This record gives sequence, structure tokens and C-alpha cells, in this order.
Amino acid sequence: MARPDVPRLAAIAREGRVQILRMLTHAGSGHPGGSLSVIDILTTLYFNRLRYDPARPLDEDRDRFVLSKGHCVPAQYFCMAKAGFFPMDRLVTLRKLGSPLQGHPDRTALPGIEAATGSLGQGLSIAVGMALGLRLAGRAPRVYCVLGDGEIQEGQVWETAMSAPHLAGNGQPLDNLVAIVDYNGIQLDSFVKKVLDLEPLADKWKAFGWATLEIDGHDIAQIDKALDQADAEKGRPTCIIAHTVKGKGVSFMENDPEWHGKAPKPAEAVRAIREIAGDPLPDWAAPVVAELTALEKP
Amino acid sequence: MAAAKATRAAFGEALVDLGKRDERIVTVDADLSKSTMTVGFAKAYPGRAFNVGIAESGMIGLAAGLALTGRVPFACSFACFLVGRFETIRVSVAYTQAPVKLVGTHVGVAIGEDGYSQMGLEDIACLRALPNIPIVQPADEIEAKQAVAYAVEHPGPIYLRLTRQALEPVHDESYRFRLGVSPVLRPGRDVSILASGGTVASALQAARALEAQGVQAEVLNVSSIKPLDEEAILRTAGKTGRVVTVEDHHVHGGLGGAVAELLAEALPTPMKRIGVTTFGESGDPKGLYAKHGLDGDGVARAVTAFLDR
Repeated sequence: MARPDVPRLAAIAREGRVQILRMLTHAGSGHPGGSLSVIDILTTLYFNRLRYDPARPLDEDRDRFVLSKGHCVPAQYFCMAKAGFFPMDRLVTLRKLGSPLQGHPDRTALPGIEAATGSLGQGLSIAVGMALGLRLAGRAPRVYCVLGDGEIQEGQVWETAMSAPHLAGNGQPLDNLVAIVDYNGIQLDSFVKKVLDLEPLADKWKAFGWATLEIDGHDIAQIDKALDQADAEKGRPTCIIAHTVKGKGVSFMENDPEWHGKAPKPAEAVRAIREIAGDPLPDWAAPVVAELTALEKP
Repeated sequence: MAAAKATRAAFGEALVDLGKRDERIVTVDADLSKSTMTVGFAKAYPGRAFNVGIAESGMIGLAAGLALTGRVPFACSFACFLVGRFETIRVSVAYTQAPVKLVGTHVGVAIGEDGYSQMGLEDIACLRALPNIPIVQPADEIEAKQAVAYAVEHPGPIYLRLTRQALEPVHDESYRFRLGVSPVLRPGRDVSILASGGTVASALQAARALEAQGVQAEVLNVSSIKPLDEEAILRTAGKTGRVVTVEDHHVHGGLGGAVAELLAEALPTPMKRIGVTTFGESGDPKGLYAKHGLDGDGVARAVTAFLDR
């Protein structure tokens, strides 16, 4: 892959944070903390890694992306809108009755979503099955799967982690598969360390036979370099443990379990957007702020 | 007449045959390939049979991924272990609409000595609650092989419920399995007995015994539990006015539950549901069937008591 244009990707991620907050505010529910922690990873994937054509979302040669931590789908919806799968303004229909933007990813509601996730612990198994299926079909696409840290407390993840390095299709191992853990250290009830500490996490993935990398999940250059390494890995799948901050980008959300699953009120969203987009508000952010301000109850 | 054969064995044979012509077909097992009888397929096509070890949730998810990338995967285990991972079936298969062919073997108390923990007794009840998973329980070898062939073509997920034990032939070579169609095996006018899988033979035996008492029982093979052949069931209920269901499954939520739901809304008819009412247990299969009222004698007794009500 070409060297990443970090400023360009960072600008997309910044816009992503604003749109995530916009979406959640309109919806009145959803998961800001984990959407904000994962957006840099998803931006790098959608805009400097995944091969896809928004006009042909079911094309056989597309790379596959499974958001196993499905509750953070607002981040994915932004990336899909920005990429052209659907108009950006459809983002405000998140979670509304009849919207293709379901609260958790729905494969049949929205072309471009590869699997229904949201019931944590299942996405990696599907991703491994896809990687195997692609090997059996003799096709080149790669498979990427993003998991949450709380999510990997689910046993099914480890069933699949155990088998993936042993599976092969047509004699080809599943080195076409990359798992990324969004390690933001917080789950719903509290800090991961307090609920069920995952450490030593890298050791676990290594012990299960995965090539294992650890990065700063907000450093786009590091994310991209790790993906390069993963793509070059031969013989086994790769797990990238991305250290992130839950609620990244919003001072009053960062590292706070309260913001796992609570949507901001319009005034809170406006405050957050001003932090992210800067003061004075750039042209692309001003309309969003105006729109959310209008939502505020008098 | 052909020999008795377990529907799991018929399934294994059918896969080898179908697998020759359709390279999309693959199998996934959780260390029960020798029991689900996919071993034949694995031997014939070693690159297309996968064993994830004793990890049924992962197995089901893997099958979903395979289905979404162009394979026709048969995900196999004992019915209780497979459907026990209901959440993965619910989201990764059903809601995702991944066309996984789910195969649950070792159904009912008929598995015998292994006892309750290995018996599929609640699988129909669980899967009926999902909107898009047909449930097929073939009654013999001929029907089983056709059901497997149908499953390959079915444009979505599907569940096949198969026995450990050998089943006597019920159909002949002219039979054609169709989803949603339940043939009348034996016409009658006094009572309708709806059976499925291992209990079809019991229903036919009971019908013969009842005939000696002057009771003409009509017997249907309800191999398509979901979707039910509503037309056939309403027709037989309307004809006899008395419906008995018999299944090697818990008495709640299975075949009996499905039929009761239909009749209660469309044609309220006195019903008797015969099935397992407690946990299963270890024992010889014949003894277990007798104890739980699932053999010919038990069904005949229950029908007589029901008619005397």
C-alpha cells in the first residue's frame, strides 16, 4: 500500500467524530464512547486499505469487513456514507423505524454490511469463515474484523481464535485475515480491569498462534503500518491490539464508562463538536452545529 | 423392502453423492463427524470437510462465513449441542440470512444409554421461534436423501433433524419430498395421528392395533414441521375431529405445539400431544420409547384414552 496521507485521513476521522455525535444526538440513543475510540481505525481501513466499490457492494472481489463490536456501527455508517454507499444526510435516520441504518449492523437492510453483529462474540467466527471461504474459492480478497475488548470476554471468540491458525482452504492458511481489537479499556459496567481483566492480552493471542501486534489505535500512521505488516504476514492470521481511548476527542467523554451507551443531548453534542472541529467552526461543521442547536428543547 | 437405516447415515451417504456434483458443498463438524456421519464426505473430499473441535458456537459462525462466501456448508452436531448455541444461530445465521444447512443428529430419547445430556428434546421448540429456518425431520432413508438434496437448493438457512437409530422404510421410490407437504400414510376417519421421524413407525403400529378395536386412524408423516402443511392438517382435523401428535421431543413447543397453534386459530379441534414430558434418561431405546409412551403400544393406549374422554 502507498504511504498513507495522514493529514487527509485525520481530517476524515475528525469529520467522522462530528457525524457520529450528530447521528447519536438525532437518534437519542447509541454508543458514543466506542464509536469515537474506533473511528481512526475504521477511517484507515475504509480510506486506505479496503478494496470495495460503493456502487457494487456485493462484488465478489471486494475485501470483507466485519464490525464484530456492532454497537459502534455509527462509526461504520459514517465511513460508508463518506465512501459513497449512501448520502451523508441519511445518517440522521440512525435507529429510526424503517431506516436501513439499524441500531446494530443488519446485512440485509444495508448493502455493504457483511454480517449482522451486535450480539458480541460472533463476528470473528464469521470473519474466519469468510477467510476460509475465500481461500476455497481461490479468491484474493482479504478479511478484516474489529472486535471490542469487553467483547473478547465471550468464549466464542476464543473458540474461533484457537481454530483460525489451523484452518486452511486449498492448502492456503488464513493469512488473508486480520483481527483488530479496539482496546479502550472500558466496557458497559465499568473499566475492563475491574470487570474482567484481559491482561496479558497480547500473550493470549500469541499463545493461540496469531501474529500479534500492538499499536496506538489513534495514530493513523501506526495503524496503517500494522495493516501493512498484517497483509504481509504469511502462514497465519494477525491480531492487532489497538490501544485506544474510549470517547476519544471529546474531553468530557474520554475514559468515562458513563459514555459507553448514552447519547449526548444536543447541547452536549454541540460542545463536543466545537472541541473536535475547532474554533471558529470550519465550513463543514457549522451546518451540523446549527442543525443540532435547533434540536434543543426550548 | 429396503433395510432400516438411520437418517443420519442416509444423510452422510447423500452428501457424498451430492458433493461429487456440487463442489460448493462443504461440511463443518465439532468433533462428532463419526457420529453425524460426515466422515464419508470427509474421506471423499478431504479439502472440503472441516473440524473445529468441540466448539459448536465457533462452528456455526464459521459456517455462516462460508455460506456468505459462496459455499454450501452443512454445520453438524448433536441436535442439543447445535441448537443449544441458539444465540449464534439466531444472529449469525437467521438474522444475517446466511444460508447455513444446520444438521442436528441424535434426536430424542431414542439415542438410549448416553442419557439426557446428549438428547435433542427441545431443538424444535427453539428453532420454531425463528422466522426463517425451515425444520425438516425425514421419516426414512428415501425421504432423508431427498431432504438433503432439497437443503442444498433451499435459498436460505434450514434445519435437518436426524436420528441415531435406524428407521424402517415408510416411503417407496416414487415418493417426492416437498417442503411444506405432509403425506397421508394411512387413511382413516376416527382420529388423526400426526407423527414425525422416529415416531412415524409407532403411529403406524398404533393404527394397526387400533384397527383391531374398530378405530380407523389416519396417519400423516409430518416431516415438514416448519412450514407445516396447513392444508393437510386442517383437512385431516376436519375429517376426523380428533388430532393426536406424537414426537420424540419435549411435549411443549415441538410438533404438538405447532399443530396446536394452527388448530386453535384455524379449526379448534380436541387434541392430545404425545411427547417427552420430563427429562430424558439412560436406558435401552426400546425401553425408553415404552416408558415415555412413544412406541406403538403407548401411542395406541394414549389414543384410546383420548377418544374415551
